[in-house]
Amino acid sequence: MPEEAHRARGREIVKVNSLLQMAEFVQHLHPVWQALIRAVLLVIPSLLLLIPIIWWERRLLGWMQDRIGPNRVGNITFSQTSKMVPGFLHGKKFRLFGLAQPLADFGKLLFKEDITPSAIDRIIYFTAPAIALFPAFALAGTIPWGPYTSLTPCGDVNIGVLYIMAVSSLGVYGIVLAGYSANNKFSLMGGLRSSAQMISYELAMGMSLACIVMASGSLKPTEIVAAEHGPLWGFDFAPFCWFENWNILTPFGLVACLVFLVCMVAETNRAPFDLPEAENELVAGYHTEYSSMKFAVFFMGEYAAMFAYGLILCTLFIGGWHLLPIRFGYMSHAYPAFGDVWNMLDTLNGSSILAPVWFVGKGLMVITAYIWLRASMPRLRYDQLMSLGWKSLLPLATANLIVVAIWILATKLASPLIGWCAVLVSAVILYLLYKTINKLNTDKRVDLASREIIMVDEPPRRREVEMVDTAAAPS
Amino acid sequence: MNHAAGGVPVTPELLLFGAVAGAAALCAVGVVAFNNAIRSALCLVVNFFLLAFLYFTLNAEMLGITQIVVYTGAIMVLFLFVIMLLNLGAPNLLVEKRDPKKYLGILLGCGMFVLLGSQVLPELIKVHAAPLTPELAKFGGPEAIGRTLFTSYMYPFEAVSVLLLIGIVGSILLAKRRI
Amino acid sequence: MNGVPLGAYIGLGMFMFTTGVVGVVVRRNPIVIFMCIELMLNSVNLTFLAFARYQMVTKVADSTALQNSLMAGQMMVIFVMAVAAAEVAVGLGIIMAIYRLRDNVDIDELNLLRG
Repeated sequence: MPEEAHRARGREIVKVNSLLQMAEFVQHLHPVWQALIRAVLLVIPSLLLLIPIIWWERRLLGWMQDRIGPNRVGNITFSQTSKMVPGFLHGKKFRLFGLAQPLADFGKLLFKEDITPSAIDRIIYFTAPAIALFPAFALAGTIPWGPYTSLTPCGDVNIGVLYIMAVSSLGVYGIVLAGYSANNKFSLMGGLRSSAQMISYELAMGMSLACIVMASGSLKPTEIVAAEHGPLWGFDFAPFCWFENWNILTPFGLVACLVFLVCMVAETNRAPFDLPEAENELVAGYHTEYSSMKFAVFFMGEYAAMFAYGLILCTLFIGGWHLLPIRFGYMSHAYPAFGDVWNMLDTLNGSSILAPVWFVGKGLMVITAYIWLRASMPRLRYDQLMSLGWKSLLPLATANLIVVAIWILATKLASPLIGWCAVLVSAVILYLLYKTINKLNTDKRVDLASREIIMVDEPPRRREVEMVDTAAAPS
Repeated sequence: MNHAAGGVPVTPELLLFGAVAGAAALCAVGVVAFNNAIRSALCLVVNFFLLAFLYFTLNAEMLGITQIVVYTGAIMVLFLFVIMLLNLGAPNLLVEKRDPKKYLGILLGCGMFVLLGSQVLPELIKVHAAPLTPELAKFGGPEAIGRTLFTSYMYPFEAVSVLLLIGIVGSILLAKRRI
Repeated sequence: MNGVPLGAYIGLGMFMFTTGVVGVVVRRNPIVIFMCIELMLNSVNLTFLAFARYQMVTKVADSTALQNSLMAGQMMVIFVMAVAAAEVAVGLGIIMAIYRLRDNVDIDELNLLRG
């Protein structure tokens, strides 16, 4: 099988250099130390990146909404005349690009009064923030940060994708319990909405992940990434074999990626899916009664979960730790005339200790997409949320799963080319089926678009006549 | 080497198991003992989570993670949702009154445990696991489960899928006011 | 795990099952009764998995027979999980329907059939 050979080549890209040896040195330690190092590797980057992410969100939102404020707060201008300022600083201006804003946020959250309402369920009220934080940090446990096994926080297990599903499904508890324990109607509504929302969107998310698992043939994230580093669309000839088979570059992978993107925004309760904390309906939803550091913990959990979902999206859809979808490793094999150039480019592309850098960079790109969505989309209504999840995303993801199954069958029976033809044909058939069903549905329904609108206000001409009449009456 | 009551050597694994199993047993008691339905549900969530860990120790990692996805992730969230929905209507709806019949039930339960345990446990306490062969190591992985499920157990699998479909249709019928 | 005898797992399963039975007998809140049934199902799952892992595999010579005997317990657990999921969906639907009908879900008050 050529496919397997390419996967094996994707794995052998791992090169031996001194830094790599350092990374693999971890494997010779006692298991307890390994576990500790991995836990630190898992938690510390998310914690460290929290403040830059908050800064980036504030600044980007400031730009996008065209307003002055958090994107440039904290500029320092020294006095021109004061004697307190040393001479070389007179009149100097320093721009901090809004970096003071996250620090101010942090100080505010730390020093605000910590209010605990009296009529609460005490145990649950105090544990809820911790329960909300746990899945956010545990989520990226099986995600590889680079081509070294020691960089996979919880180990490279053969149930990696299922682990992601399991931990993401635990995310709802913190919110539901916070909503319940605060003994507040708004909080309870937020918790209820959140549980319904998370259950609905988890289904579509699971379906989109199943597509990727089927297409890659493994539940192991490292093997999914190895499959992504194979030749584009499974073709062995140029120009396809120059490019990597990132899942987002295949038709069903693109659909699955879009479904996953929407579902992950819904799972993290970010705008436009922030119904559990809708400010203008529910005050602040499930964290209405939380103040100071307890609120900050929810806040941290949300951002850590965003970052973790970003990393998951990168691993499963956008090629893991590679910067560009070009197979420089294969190029150095196929075109040895420029072997050194290809090898250098391969190293730069992420088959080295640069891998975590590109990986985190890609994760931050996904976070930028989150912020962009928040800046540009209005919040969904509750019924819109439900119909999007159940009537659009779930059928789309299921149809996608069927297409993937047909692709696998046709590729196994015949060849990759026949497989893609089958994908095209099945996609067209599914689209026509959808159109037919849609038509059957809409025929019976009253068409809302062409409904006649009856104006309640009086037409202007008649008022004119009346005005003339009243003007004429006194005379 | 220390020996416990049944002549079983005390190993670190046994202590770990004791801690997890003890916590799971406490949570199981909590489900029955708490008067507040939400707290019962929370105890059950923790119990299922710990059970998943016990499944991992039995080399059934696929089923352990399925346990978390299905039970803690879906079924218990449904339970919490319904409890909160009922709470929304009347706050004291789910609080129970004291009842002397309770103590009889607890007594009967204890009797059942003692009766069953005295018959079964003395034999089983001597049985130890076979050492981990390559066949056994693959035992709980996704490949092994998938292959068995879609070959030897194809018919029950289809039957269960029909059952789930019926469950979906039935719950929609029950829950919808107008159809 | 190596140092743990089969009896420990079965003992835990038995304890959970007994707790579930007591809960079903004693409690009158249908949701809690439901949760106790889930507890009993899970204790059975644990028992299945423990027996599947602890059986004497060395006696089975044939490879497919070995595979089948190893997987039987896990297959049962999968089917129990599927049945439990269907049961919960329908059962909670029934509880919601009763609540909507009578504004009360106490088991002792639901005696229309004189049961």
